[in-house]
This record gives sequence, C-alpha cells and structure tokens, in this order.
Amino acid sequence: MIRKQLLSLATCAALIAAGCVSAAEVNVYSARSEELIKPALDRFSEETGIEVNLITESADALIRRIELEGANSPADVLLTVDAGRLFRAKEAGILAPLESEILTQRIPAAYRDPDNQWFGLSLRSRVIMFDKSRVSADEIASYEDLADPKWKGEICIRSSGNIYNQSLLASLIEHLGEEATEAWAEGLVANMARRPQGGDRDQIRAAVAGQCKLAVSNTYYLAGMLNSSVAADVDVAKQVGVIWPNQADRGAHMNVSGAGMIKTAKNPDEAQQLIEFLSDDYAQQWYAEVNNEYSVRADIPVSATLQGFGSFKADQLNLEALGKNNEAAVRLADRAGWQ
Amino acid sequence: MTSPALQLDNVSVHLGGKLIVDSVSFRVPAGGIGCLLGASGCGKTTLLRAIAGFESVSSGSVSLDGAQVSTPEKTLDIEKRRVGMVFQDHSLFPHLSVRDNIAFGLQSLNASKRDARVDELARLLAIGDLLDAYPHRLSGGQQQRVAIARAMAPRPEVLLLDEPFSSLDVELREQLAREIRGVLKHEGITAILVSHNQFEAFAMADEIGVIKGGKLLQWDNAFNLYHTPASLAVADFIGEGVLIDGRAVGEHTVETELGVIDTRQIQDFNLPGTIDISLLLRPDDVFHDDASPTKARVVEKAFRGAVFLYTLELESGKRVLSLAPSHHDHAIGEPMGIRLDVEHLVAFPKLPVV
Amino acid sequence: MSLLVLSLLLATPIVVVLSSVFFPAGDIWAHLLDTVLTRYARNSLLLMAGVSVGVLSLGIFPAWLVTVYRFPCSKVLEWALLLPLAIPAYIIAYTYTGMLDVAGPLQSNLREAFGWRYGDYWFPEIRSLGGAIAMLSLVFYPYVYLLARAAFTEQSGSVMEAARSLGCSKRGAFLRVALPLARPAIVVGLSIALMETLADYGTVQYFGLSTFTTGIYRTWNGLGSSTGAAQLSALLLGFVFILLSLEAWSRQQSQFFNTGARNRPSDPEALQGLSLCLAYAVCGLPVLFGFIVPFLQLLFWASITYDTILTSDFAGYLFNSVTLAALTAGAALGLALFIAYGKRAFPSTMSRFSARLVGLGYALPGTVVAIGVLVPFAWFDNRLSEFMTVNFNYNTGLLLSGTVFILIFAYLVRFLPIALNTVDAGLAKIRPSMDEAGRSMGLGPATLLRRVHIPIMRGSLATALLLVFVDVLKELPATLLLRPFNFNTLAIRTFELANEERLADAAGPALAIVLASLIPVILLSRTLRQAGEAPSSLPQASLPSDENR
Repeated sequence: MIRKQLLSLATCAALIAAGCVSAAEVNVYSARSEELIKPALDRFSEETGIEVNLITESADALIRRIELEGANSPADVLLTVDAGRLFRAKEAGILAPLESEILTQRIPAAYRDPDNQWFGLSLRSRVIMFDKSRVSADEIASYEDLADPKWKGEICIRSSGNIYNQSLLASLIEHLGEEATEAWAEGLVANMARRPQGGDRDQIRAAVAGQCKLAVSNTYYLAGMLNSSVAADVDVAKQVGVIWPNQADRGAHMNVSGAGMIKTAKNPDEAQQLIEFLSDDYAQQWYAEVNNEYSVRADIPVSATLQGFGSFKADQLNLEALGKNNEAAVRLADRAGWQ
Repeated sequence: MTSPALQLDNVSVHLGGKLIVDSVSFRVPAGGIGCLLGASGCGKTTLLRAIAGFESVSSGSVSLDGAQVSTPEKTLDIEKRRVGMVFQDHSLFPHLSVRDNIAFGLQSLNASKRDARVDELARLLAIGDLLDAYPHRLSGGQQQRVAIARAMAPRPEVLLLDEPFSSLDVELREQLAREIRGVLKHEGITAILVSHNQFEAFAMADEIGVIKGGKLLQWDNAFNLYHTPASLAVADFIGEGVLIDGRAVGEHTVETELGVIDTRQIQDFNLPGTIDISLLLRPDDVFHDDASPTKARVVEKAFRGAVFLYTLELESGKRVLSLAPSHHDHAIGEPMGIRLDVEHLVAFPKLPVV
Repeated sequence: MSLLVLSLLLATPIVVVLSSVFFPAGDIWAHLLDTVLTRYARNSLLLMAGVSVGVLSLGIFPAWLVTVYRFPCSKVLEWALLLPLAIPAYIIAYTYTGMLDVAGPLQSNLREAFGWRYGDYWFPEIRSLGGAIAMLSLVFYPYVYLLARAAFTEQSGSVMEAARSLGCSKRGAFLRVALPLARPAIVVGLSIALMETLADYGTVQYFGLSTFTTGIYRTWNGLGSSTGAAQLSALLLGFVFILLSLEAWSRQQSQFFNTGARNRPSDPEALQGLSLCLAYAVCGLPVLFGFIVPFLQLLFWASITYDTILTSDFAGYLFNSVTLAALTAGAALGLALFIAYGKRAFPSTMSRFSARLVGLGYALPGTVVAIGVLVPFAWFDNRLSEFMTVNFNYNTGLLLSGTVFILIFAYLVRFLPIALNTVDAGLAKIRPSMDEAGRSMGLGPATLLRRVHIPIMRGSLATALLLVFVDVLKELPATLLLRPFNFNTLAIRTFELANEERLADAAGPALAIVLASLIPVILLSRTLRQAGEAPSSLPQASLPSDENR
C-alpha cells in the first residue's frame, strides 16, 4: 500500500508526461464525494475492466479547472450533485452532446438536457420537515406557505449560499416570477427562527430541539439520520415528519445529481459506458439504497427508508431552468437579506 | 548618632543550596562610597544582589537607613527599598529614548519636575545632547552614563553598581570612575560598587571590602589595604607584589635572598612571631642598582612611560617585581643588579609548603 | 537576479488575482455595494478585531507566565500550549457546534434535566460572530504565544531587574518593559493569526457568517462571476498588504530591541496559592478549550465509527498527507533561506518588494490561490503542448497541471510567507559583524551558513519547518482543486465526510490529522527549549580579562 502511494507520488509527473495509458480508462471529475460514488465506480471497473480515475471537488472548481486545462484536460466525465452546475458546465461549453438511446430511453426528459449534454442520474426533493410533537401535517402545504406570517420565528433554513436553496429559489422564479419570489424570500427571512447557519441536518435537529417548528431540508439528509450510526441522530429523525409541498398544484421541487461528457474527452467511449452504467438497474438501486435518493427511473423501487416518507407528486419543470435562474436567485436572496 | 545608610550584619546567602556569601558584615555611612572587590566568582555580585533584594539572605540582616529590609524571614521587594542599581550590561530599555530611560523611575513626579531632574542629571553626566537618541545608537561609555543617570534619578537611598565599568576600555575606566565619584559626592548619594579591578576601586571608593570565597577579608580604605593588608590573601590581591621567604633571625633582623633587613628602619613593622615568614615586596621596594652584588635575570618587562616594570628571576628561581626609571633599559635575559630599599613592609607567618 | 525570478514566479498567482481588476465584471459591484458588501466588510473587520483580542490575550499571558514563573507542570504547559496548532479551524468549529449547539448534548440535557423548552433559558449561540471569534482565537493563538515566548525568553533578565530597581512592581515591569520589548514579535504573531483568519472559509461558512471570504465564494459560485470574485480577492489583498507592512515595520523595530546578552536567565520564580491557581487558569484554559475538549470530542465520535475509519485506504491518506507536508516544509525552508539571504546580501527596494509580494499568498482563501496557480501552469502546459505537437509531433499533454508538483507549488505560494517570516526573524538576530568575523576566518558563504548561522537560527528554522508542515497537513482548498487523480489526503477525507454532515465519520481522519501534527508540534517545542538553552544568539559583551595582577 505504502509503496504504491510512494510510486504514485514520486513518479506521477513522469508517468503523466509519458502518457501513463496502459489499459482502457476513464477520468472522472466528481462533485459527489468519494465516499458516495467510489463504490459504484469500482463496480463499473469490475464489470467492464475499465479503470476509473477520480478527482472530487466542488462543481464550480472542477468546471473552472476543466476550462483552464483546455484542450489537454484529462477529464472525460463531470459528475455534479445539482442541475444548476450541469447547466453552468454546458454554458461554459465544456460538455459534449452524447447520443445514447439507452440514456434517452431510461431518463425522463425533465431530468436531462434538451441537447443531451447532461443527464440526471438520481433525484432528491427539497421538502418541509416538522417536529411532530408540535406541528401537524395539515398546517402547511406549500413552499409559498413558508412566507406566511403565522410561522414567524418558526422556520429553520440554511444559508442562501447553499446551492439547494439557490435551486429552490430558481424554480420559484420560474413558476412565480422574480417579483413574487423576492416577496416570498422577504417573507421567509422574516419568519426565520435564526440567522441561517449549519447544514440541512442542523435545521432538522434545531426543529426537534424546539428552536423552530419547521425545517427545510433535502430528503436524503433525513434518511441518512434515520440510518445513522449515531443514536442521537436516529432519535431526532424519528420525531420529524415530512411534508411534500405543492401536492395540490405543481408538485415538490426536485433536483438531480447527474453527469455529462467533457467535450475534449480522450476516452469518449468509456465515458459513455460509464454514464450508461450509472443509469442501469444496479447503479440506480445502489443510489436508492446507499444514498437514499430517488431513482430518475420510475421502474426502480424506492428504498425502505424513503418509503416511510410516503409517495409524492414531483415538479415536472425542466431542470435547465434551475441553472438559468441561478444568478437571479442569488441576487434576489442578497436583496431580500437572506444570508 | 544617625544610623549608617547601609548596614550588613552577618549576612549569608545561599544559592541553589550552596553557600555563596558567608557571614558578611560592614556598614557604609550616608554619602559614603564602598566597594566590594574580588575576583570573579567570589560572591561579591551575589552580595550586591542581596542588598538590592534580588536574592534573599539565609542568615543575618541588611538594613537601609536603620530599617531592616532583608532578614531570613522577610525580603522587602526591590521596588520598595529605594535602591538604585546599575547593571554590568547597562540594561537600558531599548524601546525608550535616553530621556525616557532616565525618567523611567520618576513616574510619581509631574512632567516639569521630571524634566528638570532629567536635565540636571544629563548635565552632571554630560549626556545632554543624547537625550533624544535611542540606546542602540550610543557607545558603551555613553550607555553607562545613561544607566547611572537613570539609577540616580529617583534619588535612591543607596546606589548599587555592578561592575559598572567592566565593558569599557581601560583608559576610559578610571577617568569615568573618578567622574562618577564626583557626581555621587555632589549628589550625596551612598553607593556600593562591585569590581574586580582594584584601580577602579581605588579611584572611586572611600572604603573597600576585599572578598574571597564568600568571606569579607578586610574592610578598610585603599591606603591601609595596600600598606597594611590584614591577611596574606588581601596582600596578594591588592597591588602588585610578590611574597618572598624570610627568616627572623633576631629581634630586628630578617634574612632574605635579597639581603638582610633591619626592621628598625621600617615604620609600624611587626614580626608575626614565627621564624619562617613571608614578606610582601612591592615593586617599589626593589631598586635597580648596578653596583649591588645581588643580581637577577630579566624575565619580562613592561614599559610604563616613566618606568619599566621588570619581572626578575633570582638565583633560587624566585621571581620579584621591580620598578626602574625607564632610562635603565635592560634586555630580557640580561642580569641586573638590585637591592632592597624598604620603607614599609608587611610580614606574615610562612604558609606551610603544600 | 535569480531571487527576483523566483519571487515573481511565486507571486504569479497573486498577480493573476490582482490583474482581474482590469477586467470588467458587469454590474456585480453595483449589486454587491447595494446589498452585501458592507456586511462582508463589517463582519470581516469585527472578526479580525475580535480574533486580535482573543489571540493576544490567549497568547501573551501564558507566554509570560511560563517564561518567568515555575509551577508544577509549567514545563508541560509550555509545549502543551502549542497543541491547538494541530487542530484545523473548521474541525474545532464542528466539534464545539456538536457539543454546544441548540440540538447538542449539553443543551438537550439541560432541557431534559430542568424541563425547559427552547427559549426558557439563555445559552450563548455558538454559531455566531462571537463563536467564530472564539473558535479562531483558540486555534490561532499559538502563533502569538510562540513568538511572544521567544521574545520573553530572549529578554535580558537584568532589564526587568532594572525596572524593578526603579520602583516598578512585577506587573508594572511587565507592562512598561517586557511587553513593549516583545511588541514587535507579538505583532508578527498577530499578523500571522489575522492572515489565517482572513483565509479561513470553513468556520465562517459553517457558522453562516457572511465575510469577505464567503463573499468571494458566493460571488464566484452563486453569482457565477469569477472576475467579480477575483476582484473581491484583490480588495482583500489590500487589507493584507497593510498587515504585512505593519509586520515588516515591526520586525525592523525589533532589531533595535535587543536587550543584550541573556545574562543569568533570571531564575523562574515559584508560584503559590491564588497566583498559582490563576497561572493554571491562564495557561491551562487555552489548552483545555483549544485542544483537550475538541480532541476528546473527536475521540468520542471516532469511537463510534472506528470500524468504518480504519479501511485499507486510510494508511494511504496518512502517507500522502505526511509526505506532502514533509516535502513542502523542506522546500519552503530552502526557499525561505534563499530569499532571506538574497534580501540580506543584496538589499534593494526590488528584492524587498518581491519578498512582500510573495508574502501575500498567505491570507488569500486557498481556492483563490489554487486557481491563481492553475491559470499560469495550464497556460504553460498548453503552449508547450502546442509547440511540441507542431514541431515534434509529440503531445506532452498537461505536463505539470494535475501533478504533485503543482500542488507543492501552490502550498509554497500559500505557506512560504510563514517560513520566510520565521527565517527572517531568526536571521535578524545574527549581527553583520558575525558574518564579518566568520568571513575573516576564511569561511565561505556556505560554510558560514552551516557553521555559524544554522546553529544560531536552529530554533527559527525548526519553527519554520514545523509550522509549514502542520499547515500543509491541514490544508484543504488547494489540495482539492489541484491534486492528481485518485489522490486523497486526510484533510480531504475529513472535509468530504464533514461536508456530508457526517461529523462522527469525519472524526477519524480529523483525529489522524491532529495526531500527525502532534509529533512535529512536540518536536518543535523540544527544539525551541534546546535552542533556548543554547548560548544566546547575541555576542556576549566581552569581559576584559583580569587586569588587576
């Protein structure tokens, strides 16, 4: 092990210079953390014999790196954990369209790029969670209700610097228009129990601790707490109920993690194979079981934990809108004072 | 009768369990200048630090102006004893100008009085044009003047000077010592100086204590120390000179290698009562005389302007010192006639040969 | 000349950032000015002010106590006070939040025990400006402590005695002499701590504080304006330049603040009774809250998740982290010596300026530095590749980008300033007359360095080496962006798990960072103690030999 590392460290420069291409390989730049993608990639290598090289980092940094590396960039595939960044990669002109019947067949149109430059691979929803001891499920029904003054001082939500909140705002801009969304954001800020801080799990914990009644979080965070090795997290998660917003109208706000092939990919065939693999039955079930995400495919069963949250109607908005409206969303948040 | 400015009674100091100062007593009258003289490591600096209050005493007491400030039970904090201290390395505050250094201990005065005192000292010590400079710009001698001015500024009960001139060159040393003595006398400040240099001590102090092995051997003025040392050790330490063997063969006769001495010609001379004695010969006791039958070979010579200081070897191999007018120039290795011309002599019982 | 080239090379990333001011950034500035910029500036300034107070009080007083007094365990505390250096700022933020947050065990138990509900009782909000100040102060105070202690140790005992003999109490002597004398060193330590504060992203982001640093990320990621982000960074550099100038000025002052040889290291005084308790509080609390408490929390979390931590990959992370840290520390020391000597041998405005420019990297958020590094490297690689393809029909691809080399280069851009500062400070203690003495005895420059300077500067060199080592071990943003494929470090592992809000799982690698940093921190404190016992770096005022015989 140590020797292997030493080798990689000491000779990597030389090897790369010499073009250390031995067998078939594919180079992945991933915004999904190693812990949450490596097992699937290992499985891919096992099945196909294609070696996968991985770098993880935030999507924006990876996009910038690919841009700067230019024509010589080793990247073949970009994985991100939100649609907005896939859109931004497309805008930056670093993605190539991928004509794959398998992908277009498997993945619904709302969850992929109209030009086939990126494909959603797993789904998550951003929902409203509540402390079951103090709130009943029928007290709130939509995102719009979060701005209702009756929740004054009762809402926990993280910073608008977080991409999931930016995407939620972006979807609201698409549905309600910018003006109405800004008014909504102002109402939300007025209802916050505290200055936005921490991550999604922190919002859930704060709700159970009594600092607020409602928390806004992605679904898989609650699922992760339910399956946690830390007993306290499990206890907290059990006291929380999930409200699927806007079931009477457009449906709950969805986001995807997804992938795109890089325009300058040196291994386009392997890249395509990998993306197709990530949409196949095995990988989709793996996403569902291990990461507690929803499959982009209707035919893949939902994990036991997620089943506990009930079924829901998903917003069918094409996720490209999330990327398009991202900057407007951040500016709007700045104006509304959402830190 | 007023109590002495400084009085030590049987003061002993232990450092790290070791006896460094052994039962020392002396007193210095108000306005007097004392000197603790001894080779390095003799305990003189430790004694000074005990007087300052940096070290506590293990027995005896230190009194300032009649009040006990150090006893084995209690050591009054230094800042409360009104002693000034001048350190061997000057220890000026490098972040303060000369003026602020001198004014450091004058916090209790208002600004105009403070300035007046600083200016007064600056004038006394001839450092008036340095007041705005910072210590790193000063020469060693200037730094020492500032250090003394700083210590004197609050008009301490006693001023303690730890080897104050040791970092200065020899010419500067005695001159500055005399100058400082003038300033101290002008201000009427009682002072204790620690030195290993007897000329510095002679130039500055009224009374000198010779210290060896932590013990005070003798406390006296310079003249008496030189001419009537109380012990062989003092004699050995003070002034230049050698000890030669002698035999008291009669009531008034001492035989030496350099001839017979009639002790009746010598003032205040007392034989120690033994037959074998040691005689302290100062260089001015041994005269150059080409006619003398006693010859000695020149081993070393040092030109001192008007005189040569010769180191001479007698036939027995014993060496003596002789001052001779510098026109008597003998080369090294040459024999030279000498004779004793003793007006003043000190004799001790001969030490058993080890 | 080579000095200038080297400095400029290292300063390229800074120049890249600064050059952004010449590009238009659309209406971003109007938007920022209208909405968030004042908050960024206010929070950053408040944070810096608070951290200043924090690190000064946590650093200076213990340094004074362990130098001047002796009490049971004072020797242990002397090095234990350095331990918080081993804890990355965002990790301490995570651990304290885990404990003190409204949903944490402490408040939950309080509520349970007293039947309170949230809002029935007052409890300080950990994720606040005050909390961030506390967290950053706890991990950055060792910089002030380290430098203040060195300064106090070097002060001649007789200067303090002189003050006492002039009527100062111990406290008065500390305030009027020891503290002013140590001021230049303390300012250097403070400026390091403040630059670390400005560069910190993890803590303020987690606490939801909008500062300049989070603003840079938000402008880049959220508003999609990398130019705007770079321009914000350039503005931040303005701050830093002021800090650095202050620091340089301070160091210049310190040359004159030599108090001469350390004659008789004034005997440490024993403490008793109330003052002993107070000393324990002053020296013990920073260690307790800066190290022991977060360490125990990490240990507790790791004990829950240890079976998932010790995977076969773990040794690899550890190896990568330690190797990178060691390589960078060595390189940084070598370059710092080179630059410091260059400045000394050929003092010119140009060489001073280029050294200053190199110093800027320390306070920039790591990602900004990383992109600044990637820009010129990728450009070079691509031009080379074009040239080689056209002329030799051989594509070199990305020769340097995506290798360990670029990673170490980025670390050097970030951390060379601390090495340089420390080496500079050490070199300042060597008077030119010592060089002249050495040269007159026929020593060449290399021999002079080996036989005179290095022994004298040993403490400073060890400090430089180990500060860089520990910083690289903790470094995250540049590693994330610039590393080669399949290359992970402990810091990355920790961050990814913590970022998934899996703090308990993140505790294992975090603990490994702490433990790996502990070894050099302990070595550092030992070296410093030895260096402290070595003959003082200042020539002793030569005592004339006995002339009384």
